[in-house]
Amino acid sequence: MIRFENVSVAYDGEAEPTLKNVDLTVPEGELVLLVGPSGVGKSTLLGAVSGLVPHFTGGTLSGRVTVDGRDTRTHPPRELADLVGTVGQDPAAHFVTDTVEDELAYGMESLGLAPSVMRRRVEETLDLLGLAELRDRPIATLSGGQQQRVAIGSVLTPHPKVLVLDEPTSALDPSAAEDVLAVLQRLVHDLGTTVLMAEHRLERVVQYADQVLLLPEAVLGPPAEIMSVSPVHPPVVALGRLAGWSPLPLSVRDARRASDPLKARLSRSPAPAPAGAAAGAAAAAPVGAAAGAARQAVDPGPGAAAVGAGAVAEAPVPRFSLFRRRRTRPVGTATATAAGTGTGTGTGTGTGTAASPAGPLVSVDRLAVRRGRVEALRQVTVRVAAGETVALMGRNGAGKSTLLGALVGMVAPTGGRVRVAGLTPHTTDPRELIRHVGLVPQEPRDLLYADTVAAECAAADADAGAAPGTCRELVSELLPGVADGTHPRDLSEGQRLALALAVVLTARPPLLLLDEPTRGLDYAAKARLVTHLRALAADGHAIVLATHDVELAAELAHRVVIVAGGEVVADGPTAEVVVSSPAFSPQVAKILAPEPWLTVEQVQEALRA
Amino acid sequence: MTARPPAGQAEAPGPAARLRAPAATRANALHPGAWWLWALGLAVAASRTTNPLLLGLIVGVAGYVVAARRTDAPWARSYGAFVKLGLFVVGLRVLFSLLLGSPIPGSHPLFTLPEVPLPDWAQGIRFGGRVTAEQLLFALYDGLKLAALLICVGAANALANPSRLLKSLPGALYEAGVAVVVAMTFAPNLVADVVRLRTARRLRGRPAGGVRALLQIGLPVIEGALERSVAVAASMDARGYGRTAQVPPAVRRTTNALTLGGLLGVCAGSYGLLAAQGAGYGLPLCVAGLVAAVAGLRLGGRRAVRTRYRPDRWGVRAWLVAGSGVAVAVLVIRTGAAVPEALHPGVVPLEAPALPVWPAVSVLVGLLPAFVAPVPPVAPTAPAAGGSPAPKDVRDVDEARKESPRP
Repeated sequence: MIRFENVSVAYDGEAEPTLKNVDLTVPEGELVLLVGPSGVGKSTLLGAVSGLVPHFTGGTLSGRVTVDGRDTRTHPPRELADLVGTVGQDPAAHFVTDTVEDELAYGMESLGLAPSVMRRRVEETLDLLGLAELRDRPIATLSGGQQQRVAIGSVLTPHPKVLVLDEPTSALDPSAAEDVLAVLQRLVHDLGTTVLMAEHRLERVVQYADQVLLLPEAVLGPPAEIMSVSPVHPPVVALGRLAGWSPLPLSVRDARRASDPLKARLSRSPAPAPAGAAAGAAAAAPVGAAAGAARQAVDPGPGAAAVGAGAVAEAPVPRFSLFRRRRTRPVGTATATAAGTGTGTGTGTGTGTAASPAGPLVSVDRLAVRRGRVEALRQVTVRVAAGETVALMGRNGAGKSTLLGALVGMVAPTGGRVRVAGLTPHTTDPRELIRHVGLVPQEPRDLLYADTVAAECAAADADAGAAPGTCRELVSELLPGVADGTHPRDLSEGQRLALALAVVLTARPPLLLLDEPTRGLDYAAKARLVTHLRALAADGHAIVLATHDVELAAELAHRVVIVAGGEVVADGPTAEVVVSSPAFSPQVAKILAPEPWLTVEQVQEALRA
Repeated sequence: MTARPPAGQAEAPGPAARLRAPAATRANALHPGAWWLWALGLAVAASRTTNPLLLGLIVGVAGYVVAARRTDAPWARSYGAFVKLGLFVVGLRVLFSLLLGSPIPGSHPLFTLPEVPLPDWAQGIRFGGRVTAEQLLFALYDGLKLAALLICVGAANALANPSRLLKSLPGALYEAGVAVVVAMTFAPNLVADVVRLRTARRLRGRPAGGVRALLQIGLPVIEGALERSVAVAASMDARGYGRTAQVPPAVRRTTNALTLGGLLGVCAGSYGLLAAQGAGYGLPLCVAGLVAAVAGLRLGGRRAVRTRYRPDRWGVRAWLVAGSGVAVAVLVIRTGAAVPEALHPGVVPLEAPALPVWPAVSVLVGLLPAFVAPVPPVAPTAPAAGGSPAPKDVRDVDEARKESPRP
């Protein structure tokens, strides 16, 4: 169906071609998954199938790409529109019309299908994707998951033989992602559609793939074979490799069948330290005591972090480090130490020096937020202590981002009370607030205004009143090897996140909020992020992250708070909450249930001991 | 005189339930052209009067219909912006009159502004000086008329979906129309970006307001908008925008000749109509040009392979809505002819405007759409909540927690 013959793609001004001598044949009716680290040309390869590369993006394509016998050199994208359906990374940029039904019909209108055929197919597609209730809704009012389904539906209606999807589930909550994948599988099985997709969240998709294409080597093969050598792989594969299972399981089900010997071995080793204990210990630790832990925090599990935080006494740190917050501010007010650890909620003015270590850093009481007639949050009560990492989970549109917005003062509460380090965020001067709480938004680019990394850092230092060079030092730590003159736009998704994180950390907020930080990150970038965040938590930073990524929550969070319909429906230690809920539990927990193991790392530690 | 088309009476004998406006769905959606005709009818009526009471009535009628029949869609929110723009125009008109004076003679001086002496070459322009009640009132009436026109346009904008109006264009113009509509979405997206980036400034510890904030986020906003435009263009291309059918070269040439010739004819004809000496050939040339251009467009439609998905139908209710607008225009002009002084209340000498009965009754005909147009559905209470059948997951979590033994 799709043939690449010795294809290379080079963009102007880049030394290396993005794709080099790719030869492959994708037969009809296969679901092929593209895997590989960021920046190896996955999107370029997908674009080459739909003809957008090079007709739309520019660059030079040598070799030959044919789709169902049509050469993309002689057929521009619009001449392939009846054959190839393409959905890009950002569904919002995909829409041409403004209501769901029109959007589904748009492609068919362009192809000139008969009105009766269009009507029938729109109805079928509405049912197939569960969009019937949304048919008259303006697209702008839909949630991310709904938009993704509309985008897929809009390219399904012309009945293309090939479907090309770039990260179709990255922005979705686990259950919405399963919906989308179920639809794709139905298309492959029932209609014989050929699906080619790139996805970073392999744990969600790899078991559906018929073949896996590994880039940059451009090897196409059965999933198990490729996964056994792939540098990027989901936790189930990591566990399989660790335990030496053969054949390598790709789904939780297969892994469970093979897991009995491993369970037996694990049952002899002590259970992993409950994450809650780590939080307690870190919260109770005196200010600055955790600093040393960061030194050892190359790779600790939550349990190890707790030990570090509890045991290491205050150690003088010779040079400035990302992982240590200074107790005295270089510039500014006497608020310094109030931010150092959990401040009593009653200290009020924010100048309180009477920090009570046990008091929560964040206290949200019966918070309500309304937007027009929509109650985005209702009766939300949450506490976060210093040194604690909390994952906010829940489906798209549940109110996670709104809660983060309320904590950082971007959203004014309509009822209840929010206190962060004794301040009321939305009435506090932003210049003051950034010393207490920092948010890395869903789109880190929103934080970046300057046209070079150096200028961005200088601006961040000025904003935070920090010593010149503070931000740049953080960038070097988080993002080694980035030149001063680089434009933030040219950074990869993960690098941009790291830069935004550095900018936020320049003001040394004791409370760090992250909104959907792993969207678009490959496993390597994610692992780096996890290491950084653990070190920050061990140093006494409180971290709240809103995420759909259950694996991330399992690795990082001491506590998980599940939000649904603007209310908190579950709040407890990670192990307890995620193990009890199938939608939110990580793969390792599913495989080894009812044993309380959450991550491959924990298992590895236990086996080593 | 199509105040009440016979179609309306044909429906009348049925039971009362059948007469009530149905809930709006895609199938019975009112043709957007009907809303525009209705709004233009009100606008024509507004343009014929400076009576503030009558203008207020027209604005009230438009506002009532908008309140009764607009949806929750993003384009429907533009009405408020148009009202504000109207008020701004009134204010501006009065301010200019205050500062620059007015040719209206007045005998009721209110106060005197310090006059700025202007050089000789600026003779005839006055800056500052005496301000009379007559002049202010005149400016106010004038501004009100402009504001009423703007509000009528705003009402049409809020009630009719612009992209649906596009679907009624002839095939040959469709693609140009799509480009226009996509360009129109540029502005709201830009505004949304500005709002988002301004709130994000807070995260950097900078105040979100002020001109400096706008300047600093200007570049990222424009960059983002451009990137989005390119992405939309790519998506349109990949979905078959601009596919054309093969047509014989003869047809293509005829199309070009007809369209170009027609447009030339229209230009020459309208020149003839407007110029003093060409009235004889002006009208026929104009009509012939128009016919040729329409024929060219229809022929050009053959190149477009597009079909239309559920175009809006022009039904009885569309006739009623459009008819009510036309009726307002015609009736106000007719009934106003009898009382010209009531439509333009005098400012010299000052007098209180009176409400002319018959024109006022005519304006009320414009309320008809508030009763015959389909009623938009009540907005869903939680638009953001997922459409996936997820709520049960949440319950499962709780139940599972109760049941499962603590690890």
